[in-house]
Amino acid sequence: MVLLDARGVNVVYEPARGQRIWSVRDVDIALEQGEFVGLVGESGSGKTTLGFALTRMLRPPARLEGGEIHFDGVDISSLDGEQLRAQRRNGFALVLQSGMNALNPVRTVERHFGDIMRAHARPGEDGSRAQIRRRGAELLASVQLDADVLSRFAHELSGGMRQRVSIALVLSLDPRLIIFDEPTTALDVIVQRAVMQTIKDLQREKGFTALLISHDLGVVLDATDRVMVMYAGRIVEDQPSADLLRGPHHPYTEGLLSSYADPRADEVELGGIPGVPPDLSLAPAGCSFAPRCPLVEPICHEVDPPLTPLGAGSAACHVRASEVVAHAR
Amino acid sequence: MPASRTPPLSVDQVVKSYRARGRDKVTAVDDVSFTIAPGAAVGLVGASGSGKSTLAKLITGSERPTRGSIRFGDVRVERLRAARLRRFHRQVQIVFQDPYGALNPLHTVAYTVMRPCQNFLGMSAADATRRMHELLETVGLTPASQFAAKLPHQLSGGQRQRVVIARALACEPQLIVADEPVSMLDVSLRAGVLKLLARLREERGLSLLYITHDLLSARVVTDEILVLNKGKVVERGNTKDVLQHPQDTYTVQLLDAVANPYAAAGESTR
Repeated sequence: MVLLDARGVNVVYEPARGQRIWSVRDVDIALEQGEFVGLVGESGSGKTTLGFALTRMLRPPARLEGGEIHFDGVDISSLDGEQLRAQRRNGFALVLQSGMNALNPVRTVERHFGDIMRAHARPGEDGSRAQIRRRGAELLASVQLDADVLSRFAHELSGGMRQRVSIALVLSLDPRLIIFDEPTTALDVIVQRAVMQTIKDLQREKGFTALLISHDLGVVLDATDRVMVMYAGRIVEDQPSADLLRGPHHPYTEGLLSSYADPRADEVELGGIPGVPPDLSLAPAGCSFAPRCPLVEPICHEVDPPLTPLGAGSAACHVRASEVVAHAR
Repeated sequence: MPASRTPPLSVDQVVKSYRARGRDKVTAVDDVSFTIAPGAAVGLVGASGSGKSTLAKLITGSERPTRGSIRFGDVRVERLRAARLRRFHRQVQIVFQDPYGALNPLHTVAYTVMRPCQNFLGMSAADATRRMHELLETVGLTPASQFAAKLPHQLSGGQRQRVVIARALACEPQLIVADEPVSMLDVSLRAGVLKLLARLREERGLSLLYITHDLLSARVVTDEILVLNKGKVVERGNTKDVLQHPQDTYTVQLLDAVANPYAAAGESTR
């Protein structure tokens, strides 16, 4: 069953009169119930903006411009106020990179749980301190924290513990979809690995649908079933994780993969991608990766390639698509 | 420039502890000794709080060790004050992690790179301009004339880090201390900056102290590494040897933490 089905999502930023930045362009995303999907992209690729759009967290100057977002059959792109708030319980949630800094410094962890549970209380839930403590302890245990964290303040916790608390807070409303936006990027390397492991275990155990947004293809390939690669506001490749690792189709994905290597190998050679990403305030003509692409052909500068079936998934590349056609002949 | 001009750096039994009011003493660096031979590249690796950045501050003279000595050739770094410390900074430059915070947002690239030429080398504005153009070309910001007039916000992260490196090179230093120089950059841009550091070392005979938690970049840039845990050196040696045959459990933990898609797929080599 498809839990989230978004079509033709466009987001523009209008920081000043007459200035438009095309952050997300014509993105289609479908997430199956229980699927763990990665969204990889570099700075400015639009991945965080897309995550915000899908959870209806966009604020001016960003604006959703066209597109439909169906969550469990309901078009959430037009919901407002109370209707949207109702969807937050048992619906969709977002874990932020800086979520660990989102804790109120003068309130204990228990008060944070209390705020959320009371704001979204259902009839029959008394919101009593005992109930909040019981549920809070349960949720903290699920992110491998002791119940005594309930009485702590944010400054008494390490960065990794704070991020675990913010994940537990998100879990308190039993979301069916959680979007993790760089959940471990601000953490120390070793802590990063431990928190990612917790996220993977939770996803498997609770069965929620997860979208992991990250700049780090290594982290994403390790955790997810399927990866979408974003470049300059568009999804340029979408493949099962194992297939992507074996043989990416888009030259941008190839370049990203070549930036990784095993530090233990006998010979280590790091590739990279020359050039810089395009200016998104200019109306795009042709493929936005063309200026940095090693395979570029004349058509790439004229026509923006659509996402077409390639391999086990799809990719948006003229050259690779025509190779397949040539091969078939 | 011949490598022999660069003196060796030797860090000898250095201890740095901090005392906070009402708390126990924190020993950030605990009896660390190592040397960097002229033209060599040494990596200091460890997780947050391992004492890497404190060592960088001690070596560049911005903090003083509680015990031990730091020698750069004949210079006793921990004894430098005022004017002599300033002269020392002509020889030793630091490249910080955050290229967004290391550049004054109100100054153009040209101003940023020309200042050290004028301050340290006493160049005239015309000479400094010429040198600034050369430096920008050296770090791959070409055409230099196009980048000179730009402000930091008009550049990408990788370009900014190149400006920071150009500024560090401006006063012809002999040792560059690079503290996580690529960790804030997009992965596709990292290789470019790492290659630049390697090339500069070769061409200019610079010594390099490369500080990172990322073992992959340490492997690419350094000949020798020291693994730091809680202020102590837990393992040291030839970079490739240490990474292929780690002896300390902490080193193994760091290696496991490297986000490595190939390892995840069970292919340790490509």
